[in-house]
Amino acid sequence: MNVELKNINKHFGKVHANKDITLNIPSGTIQGILGENGAGKSTLMKILSGFIQADSGSQIILDGKSVVMNSPADAIQYGIGMLHQDPLDFPPMKILDNFLLGIPGSFFPNRKEATQDFNLLAKEYGFSLDPENYVDSLTVGERQQLEIMRLLFLGVRVFILDEPTTGISAAQKEKLFTTLKKFPEQAMTVIFVSHKLEDVESLCDRVAVLRAGQLVGTLNPPYQTKKIVEMMFGKEITLGERKPANVGEPVLSFDNISLEDARLRIKNINLEVREHEVIGLAGMEGSGQDLFMRACAGLVRPVGGKIQLKGQDLSGKSYHAFKQVGVNFLPAARLEEGLIPGLSLTDHFILAEQPRGIFIDRIAGQRLAEERIQSFNIRGTPLSPIESLSGGNQQRAELALLQNPLSLILLEHPTRGLDIESVIYIWSKLKERCHHGTSIIFISSDLEEILQYSDRVLVFFSGKVSQPLDANKTSVEELGQLIGGKGWAEIGDTHA
Amino acid sequence: MTQETIIIGLAGILAASAPIVFAVLGETLSERAGVINLSMNGTILLSAMGGFAVAYTTNNIVLGFLTGMLIGALVALIVAFASITLNQSQVAVGFVLALTCRDLSYFLGNPYMGLPGPRLQALPIPFLSDIPIIGALFFRQDAITYISFIAIILVWVWVYRTRPGLMLQGIGEKPAAAYIRGANVNLMRYVYTIIGGALIGLAGPAFSLASRAGWMGTISGLDGFGWIALSITIFGGWNPARAAFGAYLFGFLQWLGLVLQPVLTQVPSQVLQVAPFPLMILTLLLVNIGNAEWVDRTLAAMPERTRKFFAKLLRAMRASPPASLGVPFERD
Repeated sequence: MNVELKNINKHFGKVHANKDITLNIPSGTIQGILGENGAGKSTLMKILSGFIQADSGSQIILDGKSVVMNSPADAIQYGIGMLHQDPLDFPPMKILDNFLLGIPGSFFPNRKEATQDFNLLAKEYGFSLDPENYVDSLTVGERQQLEIMRLLFLGVRVFILDEPTTGISAAQKEKLFTTLKKFPEQAMTVIFVSHKLEDVESLCDRVAVLRAGQLVGTLNPPYQTKKIVEMMFGKEITLGERKPANVGEPVLSFDNISLEDARLRIKNINLEVREHEVIGLAGMEGSGQDLFMRACAGLVRPVGGKIQLKGQDLSGKSYHAFKQVGVNFLPAARLEEGLIPGLSLTDHFILAEQPRGIFIDRIAGQRLAEERIQSFNIRGTPLSPIESLSGGNQQRAELALLQNPLSLILLEHPTRGLDIESVIYIWSKLKERCHHGTSIIFISSDLEEILQYSDRVLVFFSGKVSQPLDANKTSVEELGQLIGGKGWAEIGDTHA
Repeated sequence: MTQETIIIGLAGILAASAPIVFAVLGETLSERAGVINLSMNGTILLSAMGGFAVAYTTNNIVLGFLTGMLIGALVALIVAFASITLNQSQVAVGFVLALTCRDLSYFLGNPYMGLPGPRLQALPIPFLSDIPIIGALFFRQDAITYISFIAIILVWVWVYRTRPGLMLQGIGEKPAAAYIRGANVNLMRYVYTIIGGALIGLAGPAFSLASRAGWMGTISGLDGFGWIALSITIFGGWNPARAAFGAYLFGFLQWLGLVLQPVLTQVPSQVLQVAPFPLMILTLLLVNIGNAEWVDRTLAAMPERTRKFFAKLLRAMRASPPASLGVPFERD
């Protein structure tokens, strides 16, 4: 289906989120939409999928016919379906119910027939999903597959994917891309929204770049990364140089630590993390790295072994004991576990600084907030509610909230969903901390990030932990293999 | 106790629990759509009084039941309007309504205190009522008890076996996802809250025109049932059949308290009267034991087959509320 966007404008109050965007997407192409966080990609896609309506004068033309869509259901009628970044499905319900929900049909749905349809479709696209299973037992990648199947069944001809590669494994990404590459053969159009250059470069037939609500240009392959980055940010951006860390005194040491939860058991981890050092944890989601990190934070009690922090034995101690020694943990779910929605930046800084006495010194708090906003380059005002900030700015705020000094910072997906500029900025701030003696342990599903920023890497695979690998001597391919469970014999795990 | 007394007792439980069954079904529908109707306790009292008053004045018992439903629907409409359209707290509005409706029922019901009014008579179903045991249990009841049986089946089938019911589950779980699947979330929330309210309103006359016929004001003994029905809705895991089972279990515990009194003479009667309440809480805890972390750990240590069996059992027992219960839906 041929999609034509003509003079799309959208105002949110005073903010001009989409400025006169005109873009033609021919039938059977995979169109990439690139832009940093807040560039207007999401707004444009929400307009195209009927979630919100553009200002008057804007036009959406499908196969030459101008259409008006008042809801996502309308858009589906016209054959436009969207895969949202956080899957819009129903976790406690069965896969089959999720599939059936919203598909028109008889009053009493025929579950047997639906199961057949489902299995047939799954087979065609090579997905292995059990319709009787519950959605909350699926990974994000599998939930995407379910949504794709549902949209296909609804007869969608234009697929919009919003940051689909965030939070899925490398293997699932490959699977997703193979699936998407089949679509153009059936005259379907794919619109792939991302801020990840390598994904867009490897998948898309053409790319449109948005910046500050405007379409700054379109590109065809072969792509030049440097040029795309310049278009996205309006300036050149380079990754920092890798500098080997000058490791100092031991900060954290694991002595024969064993961990377990309902699904996993990890045995006998031995590790010593030293000052200035950055340790990256790699592995598929749920391979044990989250358990490991929570043990470092004192949130999970090891079932055996000894944890020492700065020479102090903290085995079996609480999170607060860990915190007193200078451990800080930034979980992946920023708004759920890290920040407090509803409170402003000022409130957050006041809370973090733990002022003495019962009365709040608002003026001092405001001054502190202004100072940190400046030094951490946060886009927001001291009175902005935290949830109104973009993801990148929330992450900056979290960093700004960290106490000083700290002995160990634990980060879960520190840059997930952020654009390159924010990623570079956040790591420069973290490296600054390392320079002053702090150690960092972080989890990331981005292997390049792990190799770029860590000194040593631990790989997790279904409860096994590798020996620390030297990041300088490891390649993305090797890491990818280990994550998938291959090549463990050569490196040996911590049992050895 | 002879077999006959037991059967009559159990049949009595089914009849006496009918009002609670209506209340939990109504609340289940409302909460499935994402709206907590906390006014339930007041609604039941007001509809009991209103239903009785209308039935007494017109001498038409059906009109009495319809009045109860109308009252329930109107109170629910206030809850829906305040929470969905005015974006106010469902808890605050519901709570105030619970108190207001209760006091209103005492105030408006004064002229009808203690009057001998109409009462539903048992309506044995020919042939079926002659089946041994089952006939006595299920087919010698009054009309409203039969309707309560049918209502359980209807609501269950609606929620789990029909397309609109599937959408209802979605609306309470993740309204944004239901919206992209074509649901008019707020309209549906209105509809289900009002239908649920009408069912809750049916509970009132089911007391005052059947199992506890008459209106006795503050000593009617109906105050508190609404709160219990609320907890039974939770116990039922927002599943109509389980909620109904919870209602019967509560009725059974109350009956047990009564019949055990002459046997357990050394136990103060107050203890037996109050016992059903903590017992309900205990059951609630047992049912949701799968949520506890230590259970997860114990399970992990079990051999594979046992673990799978228990994990499945706990999963089936566990009740998690509709994720968007009490959360307003806004289109971005």
